[in-house]
Amino acid sequence: MLEALQLEFMRNALAAGILVSVVCGVIGTLVVVNRIVFLAGGIAHAAYGGIGLAFFLGWPFVAGTAGFSLLAAGVMAAVTLKAKHRADAVIGVIWAVGMAAGVILLDLTPGYHADLMSYLFGSILAVTVADLWQMGAIGAVVIFVVTLYYNDFLAMSYDDEFARLRKVPVTFLYCLLLGMIALTVVMIIRVVGLILVIALLTIPPFIAEKFTGSLRGMMVLSSALSCAFTLTGLWLSYLWNLTSGATIIMVAAAGFFAALLWERLRSMRAPGQVSGAGNSQ
Amino acid sequence: MAEPIIDVSRVWFSFNGQPVLQDVDLRVPPGDFLVVIGPNGGGKTTLLKLMLGLLEPTRGTVRVFGQPPGKAAHRIGYVPQNVHINRTFPVSVLDVVLMGRLRSGKGWSRHARQDRLAAQAVMEQLGVWAYRDRRIGELSGGQLQRVFIARALVSAPEVLFLDEAMASIDAQGRGDFYEALTELNRTVTIVAVSHDMMILSSHVKSVACVNRDLHYHDSGEITQEMLDAAYRCPVDLVAHGVPHRVLCRHEGK
Repeated sequence: MLEALQLEFMRNALAAGILVSVVCGVIGTLVVVNRIVFLAGGIAHAAYGGIGLAFFLGWPFVAGTAGFSLLAAGVMAAVTLKAKHRADAVIGVIWAVGMAAGVILLDLTPGYHADLMSYLFGSILAVTVADLWQMGAIGAVVIFVVTLYYNDFLAMSYDDEFARLRKVPVTFLYCLLLGMIALTVVMIIRVVGLILVIALLTIPPFIAEKFTGSLRGMMVLSSALSCAFTLTGLWLSYLWNLTSGATIIMVAAAGFFAALLWERLRSMRAPGQVSGAGNSQ
Repeated sequence: MAEPIIDVSRVWFSFNGQPVLQDVDLRVPPGDFLVVIGPNGGGKTTLLKLMLGLLEPTRGTVRVFGQPPGKAAHRIGYVPQNVHINRTFPVSVLDVVLMGRLRSGKGWSRHARQDRLAAQAVMEQLGVWAYRDRRIGELSGGQLQRVFIARALVSAPEVLFLDEAMASIDAQGRGDFYEALTELNRTVTIVAVSHDMMILSSHVKSVACVNRDLHYHDSGEITQEMLDAAYRCPVDLVAHGVPHRVLCRHEGK
C-alpha cells in the first residue's frame, strides 16, 4: 500500500474516497430515515441521461450529469409531493427514461466511447485534482446545508406532520434534500458508478442506525463506515487487480451481513429483553 | 359564552367526492375541556385536522384565535393519534420533546438554554425526565404518550389537541391520565378526540358527537338522544355514578 501511495492517481483515489464517504454518510442517513432509497436510485440511474447529454453536446461530465440529475430530482419532488400513492411507479418511469435517453444520446454521438463502463461502475483511479476540487465544493455545500437545517431535517424525518405544525418548511426542505441527493449522486458516480450508488448510500447508514442514538451520530458513524469500506475496497482492488467500484461494494456488503449477524447473536443472548437499538414493535 | 377561541363555521369537507363532514358548526370557549366522540370513520380526526390547519375545508371557515389555523400554530399543541411512528428512528426522548420548541427559518437551528429548561420542566411534570437519554423506541406505549404530550406542551400552548390519546394507555393508567389532563385544564383549553368506547371524566366540560354532522352539548353529560343521533344505532348509556362509561352495542352486525 505504501508504494502505491507514491502514485499520484492512488493519492487522488484515496482523497476522493474520503470526500465521497463523508457526504455519503450525511446524505445516505437522510435517505434511509426518510425511506426514499428507491427515489435516490431513480435519480442515480436517470443521471445516465446526463452522461449521454454531456457526450452529445461535448459538455464536461459534471455539467451534464448534475443538470440532468437535478432535473430528474425536481420532477420526482413534484410527483412525490402531488401524487404520493403512485409516486413509486412514476419514479420507475423516470429511472428507465433517463437511462434510455442516455443510451440514445450516446448512439447519436459520433466516435468511440471507451470509458462508458467507468460511469456505470466507477473510475476512482481516474480522479483528477480538478475532480477533487469539484467534489470538495459539493461536499462543503451539502455539509453546510445539513448543519444549517439539522433540527428541521430531524423533525421532518421523524414526524413531518408535526414539523409542518411547527412551521418547519417541510416542502422546501424535501426539495432541498432531493437536490442534494442529485449532487451527491454525481459525486459518487466517479467512485463506484451509477449502478452501485445505492449501495454506498444505504449500507453504511443501515449499519450505523443500529449503533447510534441520534441522527447526528448516525451521520458521523455512516461516514466513518463508508470511509472504511471505500479504503478497504480500494486496497483490495489494488492488491488483487479487481474493479475498484465493485470491490468497494462487496466490502460494504460484507459489513452489512456482519452487522445483521451481530444483531441476531445479540438478540439470542438477551431473549425477550427490549434491546437498545434497532428494535421494532 | 365568552369569545370562542375555536370557531368552526358551516364547514363541509369531502374526500375523493365522499362527504366526510357536512355543515359542521362548533365553537369552543376558552378554558373548555371538550371531548369529541363518534364512530370510527365518522370524521373526528378530520375535524381535528381542520382545526389544526393540516386540512383545508371544502366549504366554510375555521378560525383559531380569530385567525386561520396555520397562523395560530404557535399557540396550539398537538398530540397525534399514532405515537408508534418511526420507532426505530435514532432519536433520544429529549430530542423528540425539543421538536416542540422548533422555530422555523431561524437557521443554525440549535436549541437554546431556555428550550432545554422548558423541556426539563414539562418532562418532570409528566414523569418522563428520567427517560430523556433513552432512544425513543425503548419506551412503552404509555410512556410514549406522555413524551408526545410533553412535546405538545413544551411550547406553552393555549389550546391542546389530543387525538385518541387514551389508545396507548392501559385501563389502569387512564385514571391518572385524566387527573393530569384535568390539572392541565386549569390553564389550557383541551380538545380531545376519542372513539366509541371511552371513560368520560366528570371534569369534561362539553361533548361533541361527530358522525358526518356534529351534535354539541355544553356539559360533560351525554344524553341518550345525542348518542342515538350521532351513532344512528342503539347505544347504551351506562352511568356508574361518576365517571360515566359509554358503551356502544351493535346487534346483528
